[in-house]
Amino acid sequence: MPCHTSTHWNRRTVIQAAGASWLTSLANGLTNAQETARDTKRPPKNVIVLWMQGGPSQRDTFDPASAASQEFSGGVQSIKTAAKGIEIASTLPLVAEQFEHLSVVRSVVSREGDHARGVYNIKTGFRPDPTLVHPSLGAVVCHQLPSESDIPRHISILASNRPGRGGYLGDSFDAFQIGDPLRPVPDVRSRVNQTRQEARSRDLFDVVESEFAAGRFKNLDDSKTLHQLSIKRAMRMMSSEQLRAFSVENASRTDLDRYGNTSFGRSCLVATQLVQAGVRCVEVTLGGWDTHTNNTDAQRDRIRILDPAMAAMVADLKASGMLENTIVIWAGEFGRTPQLNGASGRDHWPHGFSVVMGGGGIRGGQVVGETNKTPDIRAENKTGDVVNPVTIADIHATVLKALSIDYQQELQTPIGRPMAISKGTPIAQLVG
Amino acid sequence: MTEPLKSPMTFRTQAFLFALACVIGIGSLMGGVFSSQRLKKKVGRIDAGPQQSVEFRSVVAEVDQQFQTRWEKKQLSHAKPASTLTVMRRASLALHGTIPSVEEIRAFVEQQQFEATDDEILDRYVNYLLQDRRYSDYISERFARVFVGVDNGPFLIYRRGRFRLWLSDQLMENRPYDQLVHSLISSQGVWTSDPEVNFVTATITDGNNGRPDVMKLAGRTSRAFLGMRIDCLQCHDDRLGTVALNPEDPSEGSLQSDFHQFAAFYSQVKTGFYGVEDDREHYAYKYLDEESEVIVPPVVPFYQELVDSQGARRDQLAQWVTHPNNRAFARTAVNRIWAMVFGRPLVAPVDDIPLAGPFPPGLERLTDEFVKHDFNIQHLIRVITRLQVFRLESKAEFEVNSDHESAWAVFPLVRLRPEQVAGALNQTASLKTINADMSYLFRLQQQNELDQFVKRYGDTGEDEFEDRGGTVTQRLLLMNGNLLQSRITNGNGSNASARIAMITEDDQDAIESVYLAVLTRLPNQRELSHFLLKFRNESDNQRGRLIEDLFWTLTNSTEFSWSH
Repeated sequence: MPCHTSTHWNRRTVIQAAGASWLTSLANGLTNAQETARDTKRPPKNVIVLWMQGGPSQRDTFDPASAASQEFSGGVQSIKTAAKGIEIASTLPLVAEQFEHLSVVRSVVSREGDHARGVYNIKTGFRPDPTLVHPSLGAVVCHQLPSESDIPRHISILASNRPGRGGYLGDSFDAFQIGDPLRPVPDVRSRVNQTRQEARSRDLFDVVESEFAAGRFKNLDDSKTLHQLSIKRAMRMMSSEQLRAFSVENASRTDLDRYGNTSFGRSCLVATQLVQAGVRCVEVTLGGWDTHTNNTDAQRDRIRILDPAMAAMVADLKASGMLENTIVIWAGEFGRTPQLNGASGRDHWPHGFSVVMGGGGIRGGQVVGETNKTPDIRAENKTGDVVNPVTIADIHATVLKALSIDYQQELQTPIGRPMAISKGTPIAQLVG
Repeated sequence: MTEPLKSPMTFRTQAFLFALACVIGIGSLMGGVFSSQRLKKKVGRIDAGPQQSVEFRSVVAEVDQQFQTRWEKKQLSHAKPASTLTVMRRASLALHGTIPSVEEIRAFVEQQQFEATDDEILDRYVNYLLQDRRYSDYISERFARVFVGVDNGPFLIYRRGRFRLWLSDQLMENRPYDQLVHSLISSQGVWTSDPEVNFVTATITDGNNGRPDVMKLAGRTSRAFLGMRIDCLQCHDDRLGTVALNPEDPSEGSLQSDFHQFAAFYSQVKTGFYGVEDDREHYAYKYLDEESEVIVPPVVPFYQELVDSQGARRDQLAQWVTHPNNRAFARTAVNRIWAMVFGRPLVAPVDDIPLAGPFPPGLERLTDEFVKHDFNIQHLIRVITRLQVFRLESKAEFEVNSDHESAWAVFPLVRLRPEQVAGALNQTASLKTINADMSYLFRLQQQNELDQFVKRYGDTGEDEFEDRGGTVTQRLLLMNGNLLQSRITNGNGSNASARIAMITEDDQDAIESVYLAVLTRLPNQRELSHFLLKFRNESDNQRGRLIEDLFWTLTNSTEFSWSH
């Protein structure tokens, strides 16, 4: 049973483990950080998560059942891709061209069929636990691969709810949220002119803050509040050149069109700029996949937005050489029932669905696992006919291994409970 | 093309409400003097009574002595008593989720002229806070997170808003806590007209024939009401010796069956035509390493002698959980209410208290008091806020370290919750009290802005008492965000910076008013001279801008974002 003392000791230890390297380098500035990066002798790796909020249908995307009857296939046809032997839905012709760089895991199984629980499960790699909040993949990556940048290293674009969170690693690992890149980044412009802003800050730091610190913990800010530190980081972000990476102002009309020029497409374009600027993990959300009625048309409506954006992003990352050190993952909280319901919709289906990944050392052009195209969806054992089932934890372990992160290591949670980063097994076919 | 989800209120509705609120704001500005009088009258009628009785004082003295003994044993110095204003601020943040208004500060501090002691003024202030609807509205959300979590939950059959309103009504009536919990566990009825049943319906999952998730309910019942995390027993026996269920022998291990026998109390609950009701369903479960399912009987994990085996299973469970001799129940409530008041529990984590102890100073004595006074929540809050440890400074002349904080020898520094920051920011900008006396539309418009602020600031979810580091997003929001900007800009005639610029007599008065409005204290000599010098060097038409700047500086300080 932890007492207060150990709680505090542990919390501090975590903060030291989590932040010491960047706290120090923050003081020493960018130069030092660049040297650190050179020391490791290989480029840092990044992750872009394309998050399909609502649960995309595997039958309408990366695991079509075109040979099956209408009630199973939904009338979706398949097409060949650039990877030999792999076919995906014909509605994704542009993504199909990029498939030599991508692989699809068709046999993902989870036990969470509820939106909130499913999102938690897939973003963190763990099922919801009432006594602990796990960090999302992006937070883990930022924690494990420390580096220096003026702008936050974990960013979520277009998230309407439940963006990636820091969980037990701390709120400082939460994703920084932005909306459509056409709109300015929220709250980074001072409301007053520079002279006035500087005067305000001087009063804050020289007068008010020093009065409050008197008679309290030694090194109050470093050891406990992190308040001034966060303000300084915020100010550095406000004046950073790197803010340009959030904008599509400098993108050509042609480039915007290649990405589809939707809010999701612009966000994917910005995601490539952000990883170039040193951001570790970008999550881009495309919602509207929860198609309980009229599934095929509603999914196609989403796919029209997805196809050009995802394809252009992979192609651009490849062309710039960034794909070698950037992992792209496409996933939602679960798949959808393999058989249409009475309203031509598909319901939630965590018992065999697809996740796509590629780049950053993950082998492309692979298919992992297989699902029955005409299963009995009322069967007691719904995963019995899934070939080579892969768990959510396995997906996380695969990504973390590709990032050269020791995924089995145990981190200390704030209450002193050791917790492995991932309890899964990497998929040998993709990162063996 | 469908865009991602928009916020529930469209921009046009927002603009309309804002315009309306401005009109009302100007109206209330003119009525300002009148309502200040009203508040003074109200304050004059508030009794400092309950806290002045001999019995009450002796309980407080006993608990105070327990802390004193701990400090002596550990050879720790303790801080001096905090000022009245400092204690008012922390009490308001704890019970209303906001800071005191300038109007309230003046009404209470004026009592000093009637020779009331500081402690009596604070007793009176606590009683004032407990009578106000803001108390039950704020605390009901804290409890709702424990009872039903923060998710939207199952569609139609789960109404979180109704549930919270019901809770708020119970708190306002000061319904005894044991009765309140009894109805959560055992009530029948429909989620709209009997909102307490939402405790059960929150856990209903698809494909379970309208039955709730008994394991989720068992885990929640145990954590929320018994202060025990037995969730890991769901899948296996306790292999790490972390879950002790024998109050006499903490070394005795616990079994997977302990969890499922507890869960079996919820086996009969289902939803039917009349809402939540009970039938005679058994609970079957296949234990780890067993071949087949077995029927699991309902058995409580400890204090079996307190069970009355009459009635439906849920009634039996409710009766056992809330039994006055079930110490775990009362102790858990005390630890949680302590945490709400201080921002930090006596035993952490708040829902994991060892059944057999050891217990920190105060916990057992307060538990006795809570049971003796029939689980009276407001009485417990009165006692806790009267304790010496609640009224100490958060700083000291000696060097403060974590030993002092964990022994409560100084008041702990606690990061404000997002709702507290939003509430405080909102109150800061208005000299008048933002309470139920304000028009409904005005509050609705504000609530929408505050919700958006909290969402961006980062809601803490169910994790109420974990301290985590600050974020860049939070700082940007305070430095450059819309909420602060709209509250401090001088052009908006109804906000505090405009009013202060208008009504204060001189520079010192203006500076002191801003300090009171934002930090609930007066500036010290060094601060005052610094800002006076600034004000003197500027022309009159710059004064408004300087007041805005001062608002910005103070709201962006550590002091503003922490309870201290």
